[in-house]
Amino acid sequence: MTSVDTDRTITLTVNGVPREATVPVRRLLSDALRHDLGLTGTHVGCEHGVCGACTVLVDGDPVRSCLLLAVQVDGHQVTTVEGLARDDHQGGQVLHPVQEAFRECHALQCGFCTPGFLTTIAAGLEKRDNAAELTEDEVDDMVGGNLCRCTGYANIKKAVHHANAAMRDGAR
Amino acid sequence: MTTKLFGEPVRRREDARLIVGKGRYLDDIGHQALAAAFVRSPHAHARITDIDVEPALDVEGLIAIYTYDDLTGPMAEPLPVLIPHPQLTEPRTNYPLARDVVRHVGEAVVMVIATDRYVAEDAAERILVSYEELPVVVGVDAAVEAKAAVHDDVPDNVAARHRQETGDVEPVLAASPHTLSFTQYIERSASMPMEGKGVHAKWDADDRSLRVYTSTQASTSVRAAVAAKLDLSLDRVEVIAPDVGGGFGVKIVHPWPEELLIPMAAIALQAEVKWAEDRREHFISSAHERQQRQDITVGYDDEGRITALDVHVLHDNGAYTPYGIIVPIITATQLVGPYVIPVYRVQVDSVYTNTVIVTPYRGAGRPQACYAMERTMDRIADELGLDRAVVRERNLIQPDQFPYDHQLTFQDGRPVIYDSGDYPGLVDKLKALVGWDEASRLRDDAAARGKHLGIGMALYVEGTGPGPYEGGHVQVLGSGKVLVSTGLTSQGQGHETAFAQIVASELGVPIEDVEVTTGDTRRFGYAVGTFASRAAVMSGNAIALAARGVREKALRIAADVLEVDVADLEIDEGLVQVKGVPGSSIPLRTVAVLSNPLRYAFDEAAKQATQFTTHDDSKPPVAEGDAPGLEHRDYYSPLRSTFASGAHAAIVEIDPATWEIEIVKYAVVHDCGNVVNPMIVEGQVQGGVAQGVGGALYERMVYDSDGQLTNASYMDFLMPYSSEVPDVVIDHQTTPSPLNPLGIKGAGEAGVIPGTAAIASAIEDAVGRRITSMPISPTELYDLVRNPDSEKTAVAAGRAGTGVMA
Amino acid sequence: MKPAPFRYADPSTLDEALAVLSDEGAGAKVLAGGQSLLPLLSMRLAAPTTLVDINRVPGLDSIEVTGDGVTVGALVRHNALLAHEGAAGVQPLLARATANVAHPAIRNRGTTVGSIAHADPSGEMTSVLALTDGTVSVAGPGGVETVGWRDFFVGPLETSVSGPAVVTAASFPALPARSGTAFAEVARRKGDYAVCGAGVVVTLDADRRVERVLASYVSVGIVPEVHDLTEAVAGKPVDTADWAAAGELARTLVEPDTDIHASADYRRLLVGVLTERTLRDAAAEAAERAA
Repeated sequence: MTSVDTDRTITLTVNGVPREATVPVRRLLSDALRHDLGLTGTHVGCEHGVCGACTVLVDGDPVRSCLLLAVQVDGHQVTTVEGLARDDHQGGQVLHPVQEAFRECHALQCGFCTPGFLTTIAAGLEKRDNAAELTEDEVDDMVGGNLCRCTGYANIKKAVHHANAAMRDGAR
Repeated sequence: MTTKLFGEPVRRREDARLIVGKGRYLDDIGHQALAAAFVRSPHAHARITDIDVEPALDVEGLIAIYTYDDLTGPMAEPLPVLIPHPQLTEPRTNYPLARDVVRHVGEAVVMVIATDRYVAEDAAERILVSYEELPVVVGVDAAVEAKAAVHDDVPDNVAARHRQETGDVEPVLAASPHTLSFTQYIERSASMPMEGKGVHAKWDADDRSLRVYTSTQASTSVRAAVAAKLDLSLDRVEVIAPDVGGGFGVKIVHPWPEELLIPMAAIALQAEVKWAEDRREHFISSAHERQQRQDITVGYDDEGRITALDVHVLHDNGAYTPYGIIVPIITATQLVGPYVIPVYRVQVDSVYTNTVIVTPYRGAGRPQACYAMERTMDRIADELGLDRAVVRERNLIQPDQFPYDHQLTFQDGRPVIYDSGDYPGLVDKLKALVGWDEASRLRDDAAARGKHLGIGMALYVEGTGPGPYEGGHVQVLGSGKVLVSTGLTSQGQGHETAFAQIVASELGVPIEDVEVTTGDTRRFGYAVGTFASRAAVMSGNAIALAARGVREKALRIAADVLEVDVADLEIDEGLVQVKGVPGSSIPLRTVAVLSNPLRYAFDEAAKQATQFTTHDDSKPPVAEGDAPGLEHRDYYSPLRSTFASGAHAAIVEIDPATWEIEIVKYAVVHDCGNVVNPMIVEGQVQGGVAQGVGGALYERMVYDSDGQLTNASYMDFLMPYSSEVPDVVIDHQTTPSPLNPLGIKGAGEAGVIPGTAAIASAIEDAVGRRITSMPISPTELYDLVRNPDSEKTAVAAGRAGTGVMA
Repeated sequence: MKPAPFRYADPSTLDEALAVLSDEGAGAKVLAGGQSLLPLLSMRLAAPTTLVDINRVPGLDSIEVTGDGVTVGALVRHNALLAHEGAAGVQPLLARATANVAHPAIRNRGTTVGSIAHADPSGEMTSVLALTDGTVSVAGPGGVETVGWRDFFVGPLETSVSGPAVVTAASFPALPARSGTAFAEVARRKGDYAVCGAGVVVTLDADRRVERVLASYVSVGIVPEVHDLTEAVAGKPVDTADWAAAGELARTLVEPDTDIHASADYRRLLVGVLTERTLRDAAAEAAERAA
């Protein structure tokens, strides 16, 4: 018989690390990541799925974490902005090329929307053949679903090209 | 030689934490904190007849409920009128929680504290507030009709009549070869930062001290307000602006009710309490801006030179006036722009409506001012059959006319005297950048593709860097680290980087050694805030002066140690050295150690400064008038604002089948004096332009006649995505400010100012119909062009073929 | 903006899902992609007592393509359908319309069937279901019932589904022979709900003359409708048919509403323009396929 619950204990893999949390079933994934798992890099900008600041990768695909219940990702893989950089096995981190590109291209100002852009673009660039020419349509697809109030987007688009070039040249 | 970092596109230091998710925004603080939620008025104007909290009491996790009746002492008084003004004759502010009457949808009525936000919302939902609805006033025209009053004791709904005049306008108008009069409107938008407001408060009962984190643009003043309202001594309160997810003006207002209520609850409950505003709350209870009706009369001669300008503005200030009449004053005084206006009279009537309060949003009255002035230029050009650029050029203040005194009084109470500029230079650059003179060919090309093309330009002068002051503190530690602090706050402007560049350049140290703290009252207690494009001007100069003070002291100490003249020393890469004598040097960090004569050697470095290692028995260890430590605090307080300037042009293409409007080119020429970091300045301009485009074509607050905000979501308030923002081409011009040591002018708001005016002009040029209300959407443009009564421009009437719609 | 309390179940079979829906009563609601439901929950505009999450029910995530049409399971995400070449080959409207659904991150989670079951007249897929004369499969205690689109859409955000039931699939018949389609919309921002969208199907006879023209619109009217525009161009050779006349006809048939983004008149204008534009493209495709 299916259980009908008000609270659930869920197990998920976040940024490669198995995590467990007991949450009310109504807890949004965005809140569970931020407040139950302490991963505050995922930001909440609108809680109705429009702004994209809370975008994380579930099983590799960008999704709005404010439009998912935490219980729905039980057993799934979640990647947040904190999981984009890789361990350098010397106590430090190797940034993802898109993180490097954001800094290099001044693609962020207040930084609040940035995690959602980073996860979305990272997934987009990793899915493509970086050697193939990056079209503006592709860039628009990676950038076009997230709101930023600071930058006017020009430098974000520039950063996508920059990161793709770095990935083509073997940065990841 | 140390690279002089001033003026270089140094990559931002704050990014290191922000790109890995290690920023610390308000809601990232205090995971164990109790959460607040608010019951907010669903009515635009109503009398509260009853508040029944009973149904909420059995919500598990409920901690406390507060209504107005729970407020005591200064908290039971109305919120402060932050910026009083003699012409603000009827200031009105709300109470932290509504008392008796609510005057806009979203006004806070009850505060609920619970174990988390979910539970707090559960309880808030159950609280029953009974209202007796009152007549509602929406829009400036309804406000002045005054069939109903927002405040009983202000029956005409007029909060302030702000007037300025530079001469007797009426005889000059009467004597002018030409005059024209028109009325135009501009709608509400809002700052709409990606992070809403938020407050976290923690009371330390043992220490009897309060720490408040708030997503603010003015932490020192929030501190003062909290102390005053909660009857605390200032030294018991510290206020910190953590990483702030955008401000754009809305977070300069303070104290927001929540900035007082959350600390109040934290003290009462002896617990950490937090409120993180959600997006719906932000729409209906934070500030908006921009709605005005402008009635303009201008006199001009046959050449298009303005003889007199008479402007009457109705300014919607919403339900209350906590921020005074700053926006009206800015509209009134910035309206004159880069032009010689021989006689100018302006009256801005600031009126109450049953809507969210109106306080500065990036640009703060300037976009409206620019819209008034620039559309006036367009009208003159159209009437005389002149090129719109030519009319502007004929009216420009010339480079040899600076300082140029407009005989007006600015928002800082100081005269509007333009310090420097080259406005003809701006226009020349803009025309080249956008291809102004090729517009007619472009129009033909577009027509061949079935599109209507139009071009428009708009110029502005922006008073930036108003006082009264900012301060900076620079301290060199024995480790060589240089600590820099200033009181104003940061919301993404890259202050940590720009201020570090200034200190590294002034002091001659590697930028890696410099650490900048902003907006933390523990570090710097005196400040005004981040608004009005003032951070670089104000804190930048204050920090430069502080760094110069440190440098002077370092050289003095080093000269003593090295037994040379101060004039023979230089500081480079953190080393004080004798010019031209390699090896004859002392590290700045050692100077820092020596600057603080010690008895106790707490570490290796300190040994150098202890009493048996320093020998000059003829002087006291700390010289008279001197102080221990290699540090300096200084302030910059300007005589008046400095005036940046710029010119924008837009080319639009309109699909005459769907009336969709596409900006195909957007050009910016920008002059903010000397630039600390061109990468950051360009980023500010780009971001401002996006907001300008939003304000011109997409964003508006749609209130219905009942005072309900019908588009209070990101779904329906159309903030541009990347798909709506055109590519922007930017050119720069540099006319340094003579007013401050660094020669800089502010850059934060510039990008947004001329968007509405330039785009309105371009659309008008494309369709040949007078655009008198902005923003404009395709459905409205369709209504305009098919309305037989809508006014055709003279240019369009004379233009065959394209542009004029039947 | 946090959801009110509810109970949650994630059954692992369809029967269990139906059983839970039955047990939990009228306040229970099915959760699939959740991209429309979750905002309603967070704004507390909807407060179901129980969410029955069908995401763990196997077998609902397939796209079945036959010569007769495409059947899309309840858990097929928009992006999966968008990328499905087989489906696009049989019924090109699917991909063409889906490309206009919101933004990629929403399409990664949102489902085609969910957006149909949501019955939003601003939804692209409701209109496509109508235009293709599609059906939905509704599983209830008595088994699976096939419901035609006309019977399914009752009102805005309202379907004929009642009692414990799960919409398990939507079936879109194949594009008929000698036919072409097109889909276009005008939105205030790219990815927004359309101010107006149009999908059309043009079918030619063996002589490359117009045999049938059908259109359906997005954000026009309160339920999806299909308008037969054939009379404006019937029997005309495909190359010379007056598609503008079909657009004009369409304008007279629709009854759009005014909202904050567009007036009814403007929507009517767009119906005409988009009809003409999409018909040109669809006709060209039909001609190509008829050759």
